[in-house]
Amino acid sequence: MKGNFIDNLPKVYGIYTGGFIGFIIIMAIAEQMGMSAKAIGIAFVAFTVFIYALIGWLSRTAQADAYYVAGRQVPTVFNGMATAADWMSGASFVAMAGGIYFKGYGYMALLVGWTGGYVLVASLLAPYLRKFGCYTVPDFIGTRYGGNLARFSAVVVLTVASFTYVTAQINATGTIASVALDIPFQYAVYIGLISILLCSMLGGMRGVTWTQVAQYIVLIIAYLLPVFWISNKMGAGFFPHFMLADEVARIGELEQQFGFVKNAAADLKTVPKGLAGITKAHSAVNATPWAFISLALAMMMGTASLPHVMMRYFTTPSVKAARKSVGWSLFFIFLLYSSAPMLATLSKLSLIDPNLPTGIIGKSIAEVQAIDWYQNWNQANLMFVSDFNGNGTLELNEFFMGGKAVVLATPEIAGLPYVISGLVAAGGMAAAMSTADGLILAIANAISHDVYYKIIDPKAETAKRLLVARVLLVVIGFAGATIAAMEIQGILGSVIWAFDFAMSGLFFPLVLGVWWKRANRQGAIAGMLGGLAAGTWYLVWVRTGGSGFLGITQLTFGIFGSAVSLVLMVVVSLMTAEPDKATQKMVDDVRVPSGKTILGKSH
Amino acid sequence: MSNQEKHWEKSRGLLFITLAIWFVFSIGIFLFGAEMNEVTGPFGYPWTYWFTCQGSLGAFVILIFWFANRQEKIDEEFGFSEREDE
Repeated sequence: MKGNFIDNLPKVYGIYTGGFIGFIIIMAIAEQMGMSAKAIGIAFVAFTVFIYALIGWLSRTAQADAYYVAGRQVPTVFNGMATAADWMSGASFVAMAGGIYFKGYGYMALLVGWTGGYVLVASLLAPYLRKFGCYTVPDFIGTRYGGNLARFSAVVVLTVASFTYVTAQINATGTIASVALDIPFQYAVYIGLISILLCSMLGGMRGVTWTQVAQYIVLIIAYLLPVFWISNKMGAGFFPHFMLADEVARIGELEQQFGFVKNAAADLKTVPKGLAGITKAHSAVNATPWAFISLALAMMMGTASLPHVMMRYFTTPSVKAARKSVGWSLFFIFLLYSSAPMLATLSKLSLIDPNLPTGIIGKSIAEVQAIDWYQNWNQANLMFVSDFNGNGTLELNEFFMGGKAVVLATPEIAGLPYVISGLVAAGGMAAAMSTADGLILAIANAISHDVYYKIIDPKAETAKRLLVARVLLVVIGFAGATIAAMEIQGILGSVIWAFDFAMSGLFFPLVLGVWWKRANRQGAIAGMLGGLAAGTWYLVWVRTGGSGFLGITQLTFGIFGSAVSLVLMVVVSLMTAEPDKATQKMVDDVRVPSGKTILGKSH
Repeated sequence: MSNQEKHWEKSRGLLFITLAIWFVFSIGIFLFGAEMNEVTGPFGYPWTYWFTCQGSLGAFVILIFWFANRQEKIDEEFGFSEREDE
């Protein structure tokens, strides 16, 4: 191929996409010829992970700016794809449709929150941080406010938030690897971890960028293909996004007809852990405005504070490109997020509508228990029925499912060939891996660049810095995997907490660093540490039986944390001396796109 | 007022407009979620339901591109846009 790699990107990824579709077709033919479901699952996961590892190896580098910011030459659209993969985690891919399926409208606050945050990223932060020319988020804090303590506080907040997030992602890769490869979860977690490290260790940000683009392509095909296929197969419409109004209305009718019967506590004890029934209306408004808005707001501000997202915009060639790139990121995210409610609708209707051949509500319990897919997913601990009222018929309140099953099991329930289930497993793996990569890299880079190089040993050679960065990558990965293997918390819970931690400590110090010249070091340190401490205190308080106030729950504790952070930052800044002339000049320079970056190309 | 101050004033104006539109689609309409959901909206979905799963999300995408273009115009107007060789 002629020309350099960047110019050839559309061609390279075009061939890659074609190759992947070819692989799907080969697997479909192999299935017809009698290849077992298990072998197809293994082939999908192994083949895609091998490709990512290959890309990771081809992107190896020994240069600091390639390792930390991919050489700042990632084109707008491709950076958008990489950010979308970085962003959409195992939780988005596997758990989002499930959450909407069970909780309906109240849960969809996450859809709004996880997209609306990008408006804040584009308008408040990304272009300015790109102009700054930093390698990491603490790099910005450390230079803007000055001093090792400010830098270190930012590293602390970053580590708390990202580490909470990464254990959930490693957990998700482990779950998918254990299902697809049929091995125990405790081992699968480490297989997931090794795959993650293969992508990031040699090439740092450069390797992660090009694998994330590849992972986005896999995950979006894996998500959209089944949604369109199921919709067509059910006769719901060729283009589900525009044509499911009747189905949504039909679910409402069925809910009226069945009613939401509350189960007795004793009955619920017999349901396996982690499974839930349908207890909330699908499309009716069932949350108070504040419950909805506070969750959306927390997720939006969290989005604009999460370092692994922010650092993706350090890799664009220019400030202008950083802004546009945020738009493209959100466009690629939109493709999946707007499809999740459609998948939830199709999945729910196909299970509960007695008029459809796949519907199970109203059938006899014995009949349901004899269905192949029910037996499979019951064995995987993701589905459960029980005849609470003893009438022999399955009622809506007697059917339980795991959140993951909506994405993982719906293709099988709708009668799609197994090749689609294999594809979905590969997509889930891609989603969880790409996010885990971004997070582990964010933590390791912050510690290697900001703590080791900037604070401990400023004279270290590039080779030594990159060695430290790689060792940290492995150490943090293993620490994450070890905690993930203990299975302390569900995937989604820890993801939401990560947003709350990030916004508690980082949102206002970052935003005011650009938008308020008067903000100074003392204020920023108080804001970061005070905000994080306040948020953490609130979480612990609510978790240990505290009643909370203003309707702030353990999922939205960041609202309290960031409010404390804002107040502390403003009050302490005003009580202490204003930043020196050089710092004020720096802020002025950050505000215009032209001219040199604040920090040099290599620093 | 210097050129740079004027540029910043205009950029800040754009920020406020952007955040106001953002507020409407992310928070404003959900204040009236229950009332609005009674009305049939685009493609036959109830209004609030449609906004939560498609409308607001799409509005954010358009808003970011609109913001990026406006900001580029402001940068050009005051001579602060980046040169290709930088």
